[in-house]
Amino acid sequence: MRPSQVAVTSQAAELLRQLGGEHGPLMFHQSGGCCDGSAPMCYPAGELHVSQETDRLLGELVVEGMDPIPVWMAKDQYAYWSHTHLTIDVVPGRGSGFSLESPTGLRFLTRSRLLTDEEAEALTP
Amino acid sequence: MTVYQPPGRPGSVVSYHPRYEHWIGGTWTPPVRGRYFENPTPVTGLPFTEIARGTAEDIEAALDAAHAAAPAWGRTAPAERARLLLRIADRMEQHLEELAVAESWENGKPVRETLAADLPLAVDHLRYFAGALRAQEGGLSQIDEDTVAYHFHEPLGVVGQIIPWNFPLLMAIWKLAPALAAGNAVVLKPAEQTPASIMLLMELIADLVPPGVINVVNGFGVEAGKPLASSSRIRKISFTGETTTGRLIMQYASANLIPVTLELGGKSPNVFFADVADRRDDFYDKALEGFAMFALNQGEVCTCPSRALIQSSIYDGFLGDGLERVRAMRQGNPLDTETMVGAQASNDQLEKILSYIDIGRAEGAKVLAGGERVDLGGELSGGFYVAPTVFEGDNSMRIFQEEIFGPVVAVTRFEDFEDGVGLANDTLYGLGAGVWSRDGSTAYRAGRAIQSGRVWTNCYHHYPAHAAFGGYKNSGIGRENHKVLLEHYQQTKNLLVNYSPKAQGFF
Repeated sequence: MRPSQVAVTSQAAELLRQLGGEHGPLMFHQSGGCCDGSAPMCYPAGELHVSQETDRLLGELVVEGMDPIPVWMAKDQYAYWSHTHLTIDVVPGRGSGFSLESPTGLRFLTRSRLLTDEEAEALTP
Repeated sequence: MTVYQPPGRPGSVVSYHPRYEHWIGGTWTPPVRGRYFENPTPVTGLPFTEIARGTAEDIEAALDAAHAAAPAWGRTAPAERARLLLRIADRMEQHLEELAVAESWENGKPVRETLAADLPLAVDHLRYFAGALRAQEGGLSQIDEDTVAYHFHEPLGVVGQIIPWNFPLLMAIWKLAPALAAGNAVVLKPAEQTPASIMLLMELIADLVPPGVINVVNGFGVEAGKPLASSSRIRKISFTGETTTGRLIMQYASANLIPVTLELGGKSPNVFFADVADRRDDFYDKALEGFAMFALNQGEVCTCPSRALIQSSIYDGFLGDGLERVRAMRQGNPLDTETMVGAQASNDQLEKILSYIDIGRAEGAKVLAGGERVDLGGELSGGFYVAPTVFEGDNSMRIFQEEIFGPVVAVTRFEDFEDGVGLANDTLYGLGAGVWSRDGSTAYRAGRAIQSGRVWTNCYHHYPAHAAFGGYKNSGIGRENHKVLLEHYQQTKNLLVNYSPKAQGFF
């Protein structure tokens, strides 16, 4: 199994537990483009249709008490993001788009770092 | 030089109400669930009004009003519909200064821009579509001696429009003008970051618009935007935003079998060929301004020229002169007419930009200017300000590939024509591009070879109503601006008429 390219901060995990209580199992899709582009979008699981043909599963977030939360990205976008590791964080704010957290006054945010050499090697097909 | 007072303060040209309801069926309508949310100004970070928090029930009420209004509005004579647009334009022009200050307070953009661009462009856009509608013609095609195909334009009916936060009033008018001209009734959802200025506009034009023809429901995307986009009661949805929401909206539209217009952003290349530096003249000065255009509207423009590609032979000199232009940018109070760079529209936008500056550094890009948050002191300390930032790096880096939507440009060099066009096209997006050359042939060939919906040639960031705007590749589907938009909001009705008294001869 290939290593995960995603992680979650404890603050974001807390918000996910709250959203999970309201909406059930969740998913993320990393957006691109303008306005709220580059923001991670959080939906009820299955809300956005994804497939292995068009999207890349970056990994699953493990949040205690919840089903694993898959994090997806469009495959063409992944071609430009493949060398980075993403951490889902949360900041005060108000994203647009249909992400579930926006009414809470908080907004998920993607923080990125370069893959370590070991991670990069493990991800090489 | 003028420094405007914030809306509502003594001496200000404009005031916001403490609270705004929805605008449905020509009346101020409280949200069914009775909830409101605070709306802060990015200038100081403090709330200045509260806004109805719409839900599916409010969207249904707005759709009821729109459906009640649509049939009569769709039958209204084109001259009458054009007159409405002209009257809205006149009203906006009469209150241009108020709207400009209100928009600056709402979004954080410099009032210099709202006075000179956002509002005048919105006014002109309305007038353009009033004219385009008056001049629109159907078609008559002779099929044979006795058979004629008549083509009529008919409105779609009720359409949904979701507005972005970077140009709240201008983007609303970009969408409203063609939809109304074409005879549709609209349910519009503003961005939750900038919900207020559009309500000020609704109040200003309330006496002009037939009830139900324009309905505005505010709220969060998931609570109000989704019920609108997924409704089976709209005949089209238009959205400006980003790719994941674009996909979701298309998915909802596919379930309802309705068309979409999607404007999803870009990573626009700004290509400077060596001959721009042949002389130090007006044209060179203009090209340097073109380089600096990444900071217009704090970079919160879908077509922000956020990748500067400079030909190797002039790279160092041109970049040096460009940096000088960047250092001369004046950042400050958005309500000061001398200010060139204002505040980012929201805290999460600010955080996102800073996170990109982090990954840019981590990838080894060099910060040549800016690269940090700015504290302007005093009342503005709580505002969301980022210094205009210039990165030098490689086109494969994330900062070269994702729309940062901040005053951040990523610069790299190219060797020859093929290399330059190759780099320009090495992106998921294709909304805007800039090409700079003194040689008409080079500029033309580059403009045709770059896969994007608009290629500014020896200019940048002009948005005339009579020029089509929209994206190739992941930048979206459909166009905005230009008279062709009328047809994007219309059905084509064909009457196929046979004038012969004779049977066809089959039965």
